[in-house]
This record gives sequence, structure tokens and C-alpha cells, in this order.
Amino acid sequence: MVDVVLPESLRGVEPVRSVRIPARLEYRYTPGAASSRFLRGIAEKRILGERCSVCQKVYVPPRGACPTDGVPTAEQVELAHAGTVVSFCVVNVAFYGQEMEIPYVTANIRLDGSDLPIMHLIQECPADEVRIGMRVEAVWVDDADLGPTLESIRWFRPTGEPDADVDIPGEGVGTGLGSWVGGTAPGEGP
Amino acid sequence: MGKDRVAVVGIGQTEHQATRGDVSMAGLVREAAARALADAEVSWADIDAVVIGKAPDFFEGVMMPELYLADALGASGKPLFRVHTAGSVGGSTSIVAAQLVQAGIHERVLTVAFEKQSESEAMWALSMPIPFQPPLHAGAGGYFAPHIRSYIRRAQAPDHIGILVALKDRTNALRNPHAHLHEHDITFHSIKDSLMLWDPIRYAETCPSSDGACAMVLASEAVGDEAAAAGRTPAWVHGTAMRSEPTMSADRDTVLPLGGAQCAAEVYRQAGITDPRRQVDCAEIYVPFSWFEPMWLENLGFAEPGQGWRLVEDGATALDGDLPVNMSGGVLSSNPIGASGMLRFAEAAMQVRGAAGEHQVDGARLAVGHAYGGGSQFFAMWVVGADKP
Repeated sequence: MVDVVLPESLRGVEPVRSVRIPARLEYRYTPGAASSRFLRGIAEKRILGERCSVCQKVYVPPRGACPTDGVPTAEQVELAHAGTVVSFCVVNVAFYGQEMEIPYVTANIRLDGSDLPIMHLIQECPADEVRIGMRVEAVWVDDADLGPTLESIRWFRPTGEPDADVDIPGEGVGTGLGSWVGGTAPGEGP
Repeated sequence: MGKDRVAVVGIGQTEHQATRGDVSMAGLVREAAARALADAEVSWADIDAVVIGKAPDFFEGVMMPELYLADALGASGKPLFRVHTAGSVGGSTSIVAAQLVQAGIHERVLTVAFEKQSESEAMWALSMPIPFQPPLHAGAGGYFAPHIRSYIRRAQAPDHIGILVALKDRTNALRNPHAHLHEHDITFHSIKDSLMLWDPIRYAETCPSSDGACAMVLASEAVGDEAAAAGRTPAWVHGTAMRSEPTMSADRDTVLPLGGAQCAAEVYRQAGITDPRRQVDCAEIYVPFSWFEPMWLENLGFAEPGQGWRLVEDGATALDGDLPVNMSGGVLSSNPIGASGMLRFAEAAMQVRGAAGEHQVDGARLAVGHAYGGGSQFFAMWVVGADKP
């Protein structure tokens, strides 16, 4: 370490270790064709997914292409406003920039007729009653407040129906896509 | 395809802490690099190229820090480049550096990875509101908690498994002078009673936020032989693999990702490993939340589906078990994010060199280093051995 000779006026002043300099980025977001179709539907209180012509999976929100098959998802599918909780988290951590009051429950919800869960809020139900397989439905904002954003759905709430079976990808075969079975890696078996 | 052999001849790491207020980023990376060079008994002038990695620039808010770090890393007049694969970056940075030697391009490559979380807002950076979506994201824990819940259900695992992993890793860290956390008073009950942050993840089952860096000198076979002849045992690279997969695919298994299993299968194939549970002496795997230990044990072929948690419960992954895991204390005890993957790779190399000090596994000759990143979509692994491949 080098000894720095300070001017008289600074001697005895606590050294500065760091300064906090908030930075901000503002950007204009272009949702793209598929998201725009979806968001226009949301503004009309409709949930529009898109189906892959190869694997037949329905994506919501659609991104315009199937990540597995690499083809456009050209067929639009109108989805129910109800679905099943695939998994969830009770968030109880506070952090800088947070907009939600804790605790809150975020769930991965698979809407009926779709194949990829969306993440949304669960309300109108105590946190400790949320469970995998719970049936939930969308609660929309007032019609006057509808807009091209998933925030047009205020939250999801329990429907009161009996729990549904949850088919997690890979779980149906009892193993998981990335499981080794009998010491053999996936895709390497006989 | 022919590849030259690669030897790990130097390893260095910083003292990881919540705040390394005594050093800048440049000082932090230089501390690790200087220790790696000293370990390898080489000087800055002996290095042919520098490969550096860190997690997103958004964390510290310093864009492209590799440019400003060039002189601190002695890279003037030499090739320098940056690798980025989110949390797995420390692993993939090591692999890219190894490939420069495997390809016969360079004799000695310095590879460094770091994070200075005290100057960062990682929770904020990982929780950016996505346009047109409700602002629900709550960091990595908020993203991974549902995956863990799915695993617990799928494997019918008892609640205490996550606690046992945290207790093991934090206890191992007491033997590692570099570790960030040295929790001498930790008990099963102190973990169990800690706050449920992202149910089912407790505070004490969560990685800390650390400042730290790791560095290695990777070298050609000739340099490795010289080191061995001089009594400075090198670690030999037996295999390296990276895999990625799309995050938003309907077919994706988020609990046991296909890419992770394929990455393991490829690295074992290169290393000639057919029965990882028996052949691998110890493993350092990327476990930022305790439940990822049993999940990755299954994903990496150490356990059958749904059985990973039994290895934890039976003590197989303890320091004195038959497959010690995270001997250093793991990510749960030190988490300078960008460096966390390299620390796993470096610990594997330290083990087969017999240089792991108090956390040495007796007779370790073949070890696995593992890292993952993003939404469990990037994977990096290597196998290192005491013997030449």
C-alpha cells in the first residue's frame, strides 16, 4: 500500500469507500407480432394462445414460434380463463425496487387448453391453502381499465372445484426428462 | 477430433466476504490472479492469454468491466476476452480457457471469474418487471422455489432434506478459510427456525451474497509435466462439456433439465466414466438453494429418479461419505456469483491435486466440477484427475 499525503483540510476525515449512484435505463419495448396479437386479445378480455403445427403444443403468451420445433405457431387458440396451479412460491422477501407487498403467492398456472404455465398472483385464499393441483380462475380488472397487459388480470382465485391432476413434463413417465434411469442418461438407452 | 492435454497448474481465490471494501474490482481479480500465478510459479509475462467471466453487468452496473480490468490482469499486448453464461459463467469460462490450450493455440492461459455483490443489486437485477406482465418476479429464489416444490412432490422427499444439505455445506465451510460464511453455531434447528423467504426455501438454505474472485492457470502437457517433475502436482482435465436449452418450452422438465443430464453424459463419455457414483471420488456441484443438491444428484447420474434425497439422508454426500459433495462449503457458503462456477471447478482440481487442506477427501483422484445458470438452462461441467487422461 502507498501512503498518500492528504492536504491539511482532509486529515481526520473518514475515507470514502463507496458512493451510491443510481442509474436508470428507459427503453421503448417492441412486443413483436405474436405478443401484439396476444396483448390485443387481453385488452378485449380474451386469452389467445398459439398452437405448434408439429407438436400440437399450445403456447401462451405466444412468442410466434415453437422453441422445440422451430416453426411458426400459426393457429390461434382461444383459451379458458381457468387453469390449474402447477407449482407456486410464497414470496416473503423484501428487496430494493419491489412493487408487491409481502407475503404474496406467485403461481405457475397452466390455463386449460394450453401447455406452458404462466406466472401470476393467487389471491382471495390464505397462502397456506394454495397447493399444487388447485383449480383457479382469472379475476379481471373493470372493463374500463382493460389494457394490452397481463395486469388486466388482477389475480387468480380458487374456483372451488376438486383438485386436478398435474402433468409436469417428464413426471408422467415417472422419471423426468433429465433423469438417469438404470444408470443410463436420457436419449442414450437401447 | 484430437485435443492436446490440459493441466491445471495454478489455483487462486480471494477471501470471500459480504463486502471486500479494501479492494476495487481490479484489486479483487488481481488478488485471485496473483495467487494462481504464485501457485503455478509463473510470472505475468509467462501468460499467453486471459479469459475472464462474470455474471450480468447489470449486477454492479459497470458495463463491460473486462475492458477496464485488462491492465490489472496483465493483458496488455495479449488476447483478452470475456465469457458470459449467467450463473454457470465461472464453469464455462474455465472451459473456454481450457479449449485454447486443447486447440494448441496457447501454452499458458490465465482464467479469472469474479463478482462484487456489495457493489451490486442482484435481487433488483434479477427481478426486473417484464413489460406487459405483473411485477411479481422476486429474484432467483422466487424463480426456483416452484421447481423445488415440484421436486419435493415428485420425489416424495421429506422436508428435512433441505435442512440437512445446508447443515452439511455450512459445516464443511468451517474447514475452508476462504469461505464467506463461518457459522460456528449453526444447528439443524437454527436452519429449521430461520425465516421462510421463498416458501419452500428458508433463509438458511439460501446462498449468501459475496464479493470474491477465483483464478486458474491452465497449461499445456509440457508445462504440466514440468510442474509434476518439480513436485507441484497438476490436475489433468479429463473432459469438459457445456449444454444449453430453451427456457420457455412446453416439453421442458424444469426440475431435471434434459440439458443438464446431457452435459453430464458427455463429460463422463470423454472421461471414460460409466458408473459415476462409483468412479467419481467427490463432486463440487452448483447448489445455491439447498434442495438443488438432491435434484442435481439425480440430474448428473449419481442417483436414480426420486432417490437423490436418500443420498443426503444417508450421509453419502458428507465429507466422510462415499460421494462427498461440496467439500468447500459450496455456493451455500460463498457466492460471488460470476466466480461461483469457477470455484466449483477449482475445488475439484484442488481435491485431485491433494491440495484442499482441511476439506481434502482422502485419496481423491477423480473429481467433478459443475455449474448451472439462467433458469436452469445453461450447464457447464468438467472432470479432473490426478492421472493423465
